[in-house]
Amino acid sequence: MYRYDQFDATFVRERTEQFRGQVARRLAGELTEEEFRPLRLKNGLYLQLHAYMLRVAIPYGELSSKQMRKLAFIARRYDKGYGHFTTRQNIQYNWPRLDDVPDLLAHLAEVEMHAIQTSGNCIRNVTADHLAGVIPDEVDDPRVWGEIIRQWSTLHPEFSYLPRKFKIAVIGTDTDRAAMRTHDIGLKIVRNDAGEMGFAFYTGGGQGRTPIIGPLVKGFVAKEDLLSYLDATLRVYNMHGRRDNIYKARIKILVQSLGAEEFGRQVEEEWLRIKDTVLKLPEAEVARIRSYFAPPAYETLPAYIPEFEAKKKADADFGRWVRANTDVHKVDGYTAVSISLKPVGAAPGDATADQMDVMADLSDAYSFGEIRVTHRQNIVLPNVRKQDLFDLWTKLKAVGLAEPNIGFVSDIIACPGLDYCNLANARSIPVAQRLSRRFSDPKRLSDIGELRLNISGCINACGHHHVGHIGILGVDKKGEEFYQVTLGGSSAEDISIGKILGPAFSYDQITDAIETVIDTYIDLRSEPSERFIDTYRRVGIEPFKEKVYGSSKERRPAAE
Amino acid sequence: MANDRPLNQMVTAQWLLGGESIYWVAGKGWSDSFAEGTLYVDQPAADAALAEVQEFVKQRVVVGPYLIEVEVDKDGPKPTSARERIRAAHNATFDIDHGSWTARIAD
Repeated sequence: MYRYDQFDATFVRERTEQFRGQVARRLAGELTEEEFRPLRLKNGLYLQLHAYMLRVAIPYGELSSKQMRKLAFIARRYDKGYGHFTTRQNIQYNWPRLDDVPDLLAHLAEVEMHAIQTSGNCIRNVTADHLAGVIPDEVDDPRVWGEIIRQWSTLHPEFSYLPRKFKIAVIGTDTDRAAMRTHDIGLKIVRNDAGEMGFAFYTGGGQGRTPIIGPLVKGFVAKEDLLSYLDATLRVYNMHGRRDNIYKARIKILVQSLGAEEFGRQVEEEWLRIKDTVLKLPEAEVARIRSYFAPPAYETLPAYIPEFEAKKKADADFGRWVRANTDVHKVDGYTAVSISLKPVGAAPGDATADQMDVMADLSDAYSFGEIRVTHRQNIVLPNVRKQDLFDLWTKLKAVGLAEPNIGFVSDIIACPGLDYCNLANARSIPVAQRLSRRFSDPKRLSDIGELRLNISGCINACGHHHVGHIGILGVDKKGEEFYQVTLGGSSAEDISIGKILGPAFSYDQITDAIETVIDTYIDLRSEPSERFIDTYRRVGIEPFKEKVYGSSKERRPAAE
Repeated sequence: MANDRPLNQMVTAQWLLGGESIYWVAGKGWSDSFAEGTLYVDQPAADAALAEVQEFVKQRVVVGPYLIEVEVDKDGPKPTSARERIRAAHNATFDIDHGSWTARIAD
């Protein structure tokens, strides 16, 4: 993985000391809250419902075991012993004290981590496919380009005060595991007809109150032109994006109002002006950064490991976990293992300090010390030998980390919601916990099959409800929590925005309503292998609406 | 109908250092306890209290004071909104002390 050079290390250390001074000035009364607020936000520090919240960047979702141990240390020393992994592959601490944050940041800097640009109207942490570098059909490794974009965008003087926040995701395969087209810029690494590698730009996607699937603005940008084309895109947005209305300030609104074609024309015009300047990426620099992502020292192993196959057959629980929680690896004899942060009844994405330490130790023992965070709020050990899987599973199971539910209905995305967040209308985590208990039987999960259930506590959509096969949106009705259900969303390569099922449900009704939706799917599917999303697309929303709301007035939910 | 009820309000804010929810107790100062907060039954009195506590903002003790609606029933006062009820409890509504990873809740 990328290692800080002297410049990076000095820069992050100086930034930490700068923030230490800003906190001291705030506490001494030299800065008002209005003056301090933008400074703390630039360092990832929010003031939430009960306490401050610090959002720490995990660039393209990659962590070393050493970094994970540091996150555990911080959870113990400065928080309440746990952290929350987010849909942007970051980690959030929910309880730090303001006067502790400079020391906390200094600890992060020791392991090449920081919280810079995890908030504010700037280019945020770049996200990527969590299987980057290990998946077989990859055109190129998104982490290399994520790192280049990180370096270009960090404290970029022209793009530090954009009309609104700006999120970039990178994928390197046709399969989209990063919700790429829900980003301000989604980059897909592609090859052109001549076999050259470059990037397709999907610009102007987003969720929030106006969900938009990012349109293809340019099908191929050569790799050496990546930064100049990004620069041109940001420049057009910075110039013409709306600053008069926060709800219309994202680039998606500009792209929609101009049309993707006209937006692309304006970017092209700017790009042609700057493409052959200092922003042209030197091959040597790309090679230097690529060298940090060199594959680990894989052993030469057979693809078929008889002992492993035998154990899968002999132990049904192990077999179930392998089927749900492992992915095919590009190297024979290896696999990528997902550790579910969604055990039955747990808060999605939360990990205790002890569990972080265990995951760090297991990554050292079984995965070359490498860890990934997924946008679905799980953890991945990307390089595990198949012959080690049984031992790994046994150790994960001993600490409650072996839930075999990746991709199933209990693998729920949930934002922090009204339990923590100042912006939320309703709680997300307790709804996820109830649903996870309702769908706790592994056999039932397996029978239901792939089903993406996402919960957001407000229309800002941090919980990706628009693109869940089933989405739940928390809404406020006269100070009480209600939940609107959407069906038919997807964040994958078959991306779609969910449609509203009907009137919202109360907190006590929502679990039953979701179960009815799922039971209806079971009744309607053409065969057990037809996924929920495919059944929905075949039959439409009406059969679900009929089952959930019925026809009689008394069956309708109270919120109507 | 909400409009038929008497308007009860309370002044709340957050401690600057830790961000915890606090409530204004007239003549005494700030309390972490919602139950101890002073109820204001008319708008001028509530506005006057909100103006009074601005001094604590200047003194860097608290952040962002504002008025919340409170309803009073036989059990005493409670915040009208779910948001303020959760704030008043000073914690998430699920058990995090035992590690949310392994916490199990009743359905």
